[in-house]
Amino acid sequence: MNAKRRLFLKRGLSGSTVAVAAWAGLLTPQAALAVWPEKAFRGESVNQALNRALGQADAEESADIQLRAPDIAENGAVVPVTVTYKGKADRIALLVEGNDHPLTCLFDMGLATEISTRVKMGKTSNVLAVVESKGRLFKTSKKVKVTIGGCGG
Amino acid sequence: MSKIKIIAKSAGDLITVKTLMKHPMESGVGKDKMGRTIPAHFIQEVVVENNGVPVLTAHFSAAVSKNPYLSTKIPGRSGDEIAISWRDNQGNTDKASVSAR
Repeated sequence: MNAKRRLFLKRGLSGSTVAVAAWAGLLTPQAALAVWPEKAFRGESVNQALNRALGQADAEESADIQLRAPDIAENGAVVPVTVTYKGKADRIALLVEGNDHPLTCLFDMGLATEISTRVKMGKTSNVLAVVESKGRLFKTSKKVKVTIGGCGG
Repeated sequence: MSKIKIIAKSAGDLITVKTLMKHPMESGVGKDKMGRTIPAHFIQEVVVENNGVPVLTAHFSAAVSKNPYLSTKIPGRSGDEIAISWRDNQGNTDKASVSAR
């Protein structure tokens, strides 16, 4: 286990935790006061969205990312997706390649491992999970077939 | 009354947090039955806290499904106070918390 994490857990989550965590460099001001990344959500392609959200778009395929999503989504309005990363993820971006604006959500992982949510898909396409870890991007994708599109437009 | 449901269950040093937030998540593209555009109304930010410390921040677009579901695993122990708060594009906010079992 990473030394910072061990220290954090050892100290427990008492009242002075914020000060301890900040000192330990675990919490940057950005984590708690992040600005909503409007431009990234307006991005019309995967690369544009990634560049705007994470400052880069080149990502290496990684088997350390587990992306769970249904093979077939009967209702494109509610597609469950779960992303787990074996290492320490700093941020995770979830994109639906076939949507007009591919970026659906962006997570500042902080101390969290694994995220699961439900997204809207307009049509059959790849769902792409991009993990930012120590300044590098890793990705994996899965094709999800959509029988009834769910973007409501 | 808060429109946020939270389940926080601990196993050793890890808490699995599951939350469901009631919200229309309108993109601003859809129209109602009269043909009028429904204004954009969606949660933009969700923060998960453990004993007052933010441990996960999620930025959502309207492409997150209506009544957003979010699940995550965070470090913590039984008895920790897990809080979920959100803010939407219209400036509304909500917050709820539970004690991890």
